[in-house]
Amino acid sequence: MDLAFSPEDEAFRQEVREFIAAEWTDDLAERQKRSKTHHLGKEATIAWQQKLAKKGWMGINWPKEYGGPGFTQVQKYIFDFELNAAGVPLGENMGTIMCAPVIMAFGTDEQKKEHLPKTRAGERWWCQGYSEPGSGSDLASLSLKAEDKGDHYLLNGSKTWTTFAQYADWMFLLARTDNSGKKQEGISFLLLDMKTPGITIDPIYTIDLPAIGHQEVNQCFFEDVKVPKENLVGKENDGWTCAKYLLQFERGNAYAPRLTRVIEHIKEMAKKERSDTGTRLIDDEDFARQIADCERELMAIDFNERRVFAALSTGGAVGANSSMLKLRGTEVGQRLELLATEAVGYYVMPFERDTDASLDGLTNQPPIGPDYAASLAPIYFNHRKTTIYAGSSEVQRNIMSKAILGL
Amino acid sequence: MDFSFTEEQSMLRDMVQRFVRENYDLDARRKIVESEEGMSRDHWNTFAELGLLAAPFPEEYDGMGGSQIDTMVIMEELGRGLVVEPYFQTVVLGGGFIREGGSEDQKKALIPGIISGEDIYAVGFAEPQSRFNLFDITTKAEKSGDGYTLNGYKAVVLGGPWANKLIITARTSGGQSDADGISVFIVDKSANGVSTRDYPTIDGLRASEVTLENVAVGADALIGEEGKGGPLLEKVVDQGIAALCAEACGAMKVLNDTTVEYCKTREQFGQPIGKFQVLQHRMVDMFMEYEQSISMTYMVNLKLDESDAERKKAASAAKVQIGKSGKMIGQSAVQLHGGMGMTDELNVGHYFKRLTMIDTLFGNVDHHLRRYTNVDRAAA
Repeated sequence: MDLAFSPEDEAFRQEVREFIAAEWTDDLAERQKRSKTHHLGKEATIAWQQKLAKKGWMGINWPKEYGGPGFTQVQKYIFDFELNAAGVPLGENMGTIMCAPVIMAFGTDEQKKEHLPKTRAGERWWCQGYSEPGSGSDLASLSLKAEDKGDHYLLNGSKTWTTFAQYADWMFLLARTDNSGKKQEGISFLLLDMKTPGITIDPIYTIDLPAIGHQEVNQCFFEDVKVPKENLVGKENDGWTCAKYLLQFERGNAYAPRLTRVIEHIKEMAKKERSDTGTRLIDDEDFARQIADCERELMAIDFNERRVFAALSTGGAVGANSSMLKLRGTEVGQRLELLATEAVGYYVMPFERDTDASLDGLTNQPPIGPDYAASLAPIYFNHRKTTIYAGSSEVQRNIMSKAILGL
Repeated sequence: MDFSFTEEQSMLRDMVQRFVRENYDLDARRKIVESEEGMSRDHWNTFAELGLLAAPFPEEYDGMGGSQIDTMVIMEELGRGLVVEPYFQTVVLGGGFIREGGSEDQKKALIPGIISGEDIYAVGFAEPQSRFNLFDITTKAEKSGDGYTLNGYKAVVLGGPWANKLIITARTSGGQSDADGISVFIVDKSANGVSTRDYPTIDGLRASEVTLENVAVGADALIGEEGKGGPLLEKVVDQGIAALCAEACGAMKVLNDTTVEYCKTREQFGQPIGKFQVLQHRMVDMFMEYEQSISMTYMVNLKLDESDAERKKAASAAKVQIGKSGKMIGQSAVQLHGGMGMTDELNVGHYFKRLTMIDTLFGNVDHHLRRYTNVDRAAA
């Protein structure tokens, strides 16, 4: 047992840090900070992705043969760790993290040639068409109809919770091509150009109320939308295989680095805020005790993650442990973000909704209360989603019960 | 970064596992616990023969030169077996004081007695008024001639009835709770003026109330520097906590496995109760508590040699984890076993009781959360 990384890995860490220091410019950081939920927005995200792409670091999971960085497991962990620790996003990840591995594994040569280079260059924005109004946790019950019309499918129905559909160039989606068998059978994995006629995107505004036009999620309606057959990935009616393959990339990243930043932020705030008795909030027994217990939970998450990722580099699999990482990471994250709202007392209350102008830095209003207060409640409310999306906490427990405990 | 065990460590684990499998089923343990002495000297000699008692001592004192990770492996397996023999008290704590604080002469004189199995140690650190404050000490040691005279009372000295050697914390100067002025002594239990009241504990161990009345010891009984025993005491206790965490993990693992197994076979309402989602989710939570406990146990055992502040925070955070998880797993295991979980016949209750006492030993969840924040505050 040894906590140290090899000198090569430490050198790589240094390289990542230097890259961030040089390329994560004040412009980008400011743009991110102006959004209450810390979104970069489309243009800045693309600009950032192109920097990553130029360095050869787009697509953390991509092997060298597809122009990816070909990171080792430890490098992936370090890369992810350093970006999160610095509060820097990976970029739009629906394409690079989720869809691309499916295309690599199941796609045709033409599909690879068409999509992978542009996705890697950060030029093709993807959104995910999985959930439907009637199919949430029970994904396989989906009913978006894809009718066989010879050289194309005809899509009719709807997808929901589509993240940043309004920014997207393409969508990867699951559609029903057959109704006769078990519900997992008869699903196909399709790629759809979002410029195709017949698509309507309706914004869904979440409880944190993002700026108009910058909603995180949407409902998409499809009315006689034509999808050429060459956009079928894998075999017809075998889309569930792709879907399951993709889900393993959706889960299984490290949470500790970001959460460490959150707790450091709470401590910084608690040094400036006052308790009821006039001491610094951080010196308040009860608040300090809460921070200590959160740090304890975070240490456990950190070492859990290190154990799982260290096992990966010696040939182990994340498997159902990714459910544990997701559960713990999101639940402790929510606990921390609640504690953060409690740090600022009444100044948790003011809420001036973001606008295009405010996001672009064109308004010149001083903050209400301390400058760190405005985003705390929006983030708290926004992040309630984390125990619901990508398999709710309850679904993760079902998975672990079956896969790990054999119940 | 590497969390795998060396081949030697895996062999060590196998060895302890085999010992437990062959000697320590619940009936065998019950016989030992209910025997007059409450421990097995035969098993203790086996520990010596297997080299377990030599594991954490440097090779120059005929030890095996093992690391804290070796101790962790041994303690985890002893925890699985719910072993009562005083490995923890003698090797981890007693041996820890000598290794960390002893002079060259003391190490040469005392370590061989531990390794051979001849000496059994118990540590008197708590007093009736001290609660979990290691520095709250009224037992006094006064200089007399070359040596010292000890007077005082030590509470719930675990393994006291089995020990021939006592480690006693005493005040050579300072006020009742001062960090300075604490000295650590090694005292023969047979010395004049030492008297004990021996009794069983609820988790199957034995303990003593120890009275010290004008106990005369030589200068060579002092471990470490006079009046500077506080940091030594904290360091050894933190090492003890790291080992105790491993023991707790072993016990939790057994409870989790037993509970899952039981829920697969116990049928109610026409199906195994493990088919009920509300029970499944509880067992998943038990599993996650265990995994986090293991992670925190690795963490603390890997951080024992860092700075004092880092070590203290690591130990306290791990102890909080073990306290919370042990409670959750112990209570849930009993609950999911239903009425059977309440019986003395099943192993479940025995592990539950041990885990509950582990939470108390060296301070419970509240104590260690407070200690953690105090370390931070001292650093700020």
